[in-house]
Amino acid sequence: MERDKNFILGVYEDEDVLMNAVSKIRKAGVKIHEVYSPFPVHGLDEVLGYNRSKLPIAAFIFGLLGTILALTMQFYMMKFDWPMIIGGKDFAAFPSFIPVTFEMTVLLSAFGMVGVFLVSSNLKPWGQPKIFDLRITDDKHVIAIDLAVNANFGEEMLSDVLKSADASEINKKSFE
Amino acid sequence: MQVTSSVRDPLITGGKTLKDVTHDISRQVEGKPSMSWLLAFLVSVGALALGFIALAATLWEGIGMWGLNKTVGWAWDITNFVWWVGIGHAGTLISAVLLLFRQKWRMAINRAAEAMTIFAVICAAIFPIIHMGRPWLGAYWALPLPNTFGSLWVNFNSPLLWDVFAISTYFSVSLVFWYVSLVPDFATIRDRATGIRKSIYGALALGWDGAARTWSRFESVALILAGLATPLVLSVHTIVSFDFATSVIPGWHTTIFPPYFVAGAIFSGFAMVLTLMIVTRKVFHLEDYITIGHIELMNIVIIITGSIVGIAYITEFFMAWYSGVAAEQYAFVNRAFGPYFWAYWTMMTCNVISPQLFWFKKIRTSIVATFILSLVVNIGMWFERFVIIVTSLHRDFLPSSWAMFYPTWADVGVYLFTFGLFFTLFFLFAKFFPVINMFEVKSILKSSSKKVNN
Repeated sequence: MERDKNFILGVYEDEDVLMNAVSKIRKAGVKIHEVYSPFPVHGLDEVLGYNRSKLPIAAFIFGLLGTILALTMQFYMMKFDWPMIIGGKDFAAFPSFIPVTFEMTVLLSAFGMVGVFLVSSNLKPWGQPKIFDLRITDDKHVIAIDLAVNANFGEEMLSDVLKSADASEINKKSFE
Repeated sequence: MQVTSSVRDPLITGGKTLKDVTHDISRQVEGKPSMSWLLAFLVSVGALALGFIALAATLWEGIGMWGLNKTVGWAWDITNFVWWVGIGHAGTLISAVLLLFRQKWRMAINRAAEAMTIFAVICAAIFPIIHMGRPWLGAYWALPLPNTFGSLWVNFNSPLLWDVFAISTYFSVSLVFWYVSLVPDFATIRDRATGIRKSIYGALALGWDGAARTWSRFESVALILAGLATPLVLSVHTIVSFDFATSVIPGWHTTIFPPYFVAGAIFSGFAMVLTLMIVTRKVFHLEDYITIGHIELMNIVIIITGSIVGIAYITEFFMAWYSGVAAEQYAFVNRAFGPYFWAYWTMMTCNVISPQLFWFKKIRTSIVATFILSLVVNIGMWFERFVIIVTSLHRDFLPSSWAMFYPTWADVGVYLFTFGLFFTLFFLFAKFFPVINMFEVKSILKSSSKKVNN
């Protein structure tokens, strides 16, 4: 059987039941493809065993880049390229450069991080998401289990696992 | 899991379920526009069109269309600029600072407040841009672009240039913050829609799939953006206040300006949020989401920031006296008892005295009283900027050049233009975008809602 084609879905209404279900299913040795929710469920990523997002590191690197760029630009323009006496200040009037440096740090940090987020989460205007159940943007949480990945279990057994994990509905979904 | 004390009042009333939240908010986007919306929208577009005449005249003829003179070189334009930027601050405060403080009541109002921020900053930016006289050349004066004069660069020692960077960063970061939080809600609307609407909202939703991994990243993005936006919002009004504070004009040259401007910005911004939200909750029937509790909490912020502003006014007076500088002392006496005394006392009444009425619970939980007082605060804060700018300039160091400022129709018209623009954009937002952050409200529904039979 091919991967990413046939799924069995457990539908949940309550986020706390969902959290318990995820740990139960993972304890049974079933590999969860992904969990889909209408809102962020705190702690779900930990229960699913996901690593912490590295986006803060991206934000830091882009911010640092902004700081360096802003300082380089200002020192080059004001001290080296065309020095001018303004208010009797030093050409390289470092305190005057702080506001622009701060703003450019924030600007690059925010845009860089959001850019990385969009790319890493595959978000783009022409993006066509795999929709397992239309209700996941409304009021239901869905645990998707890939049948091919869990071939050692078989459909019947997976359905039983979901049932014992208090799924309110158990559905199947196939993608072409 | 977060636990909310049972002593706290529910943030969402009416026993809403997740499905009700989706339905109540998406309904506004999906339905035909109501008569009241159409009427309000037409009035805004009318103001925009009428104001555009003044804007076009200013651009065609030049700044001479305004009532400025040799003594008062800054008046309504900068007053309006600072006023609009200040209004914008509440949106970021609600969405970023209250997120860092984990104040859940922000969730029902942050979307609209941030929209207000973005539109207010657009309105603010119009004034310095047209004040450049020939804005089509403005990029060379405002940005460090290579040019044929050497290159002769912009002056990085000038707070006016810092403003360019501060305002444009503030605008673009707020826009990104706002849009990122809209994406999951666009996905909700996409999944309810059919046909052309589905493809439009589908493109806006960027292919959002609601996966736990995406949510996990989304949450770190939201947290870091809030962390960045918090010092950013404080820096913006600080830098705006530097426009005045770094000059040597008596009445402007004070170190108290940065905190005093930031407090004033939050004060006026919350007043504008209240004005808008009281109308929005009524027109769109959102009384269960934006409750009296929300209004009361915002009124408490108004008392606090209003009192800070009041103390700042008194401190300024004290420092003018204590400095022993005759020019400084005269500037303040002239403010309160000179020819612009009426502007000063309007400011004092609207900003310091009337908001103190919110100490009474009856008044701060009354929608009518809140609405009226929120308008009063907005008027007062406009006068604050007018007082600071015009009364400090109109009697300068040379009594023979003392003058008064009288606005022309173009001054009034350009201000009207920004009102038209602000409300046109806000009404378009309110109709076509989800006005309440659905996914955040859903995430607190279980812990902060009172079920009907519970």
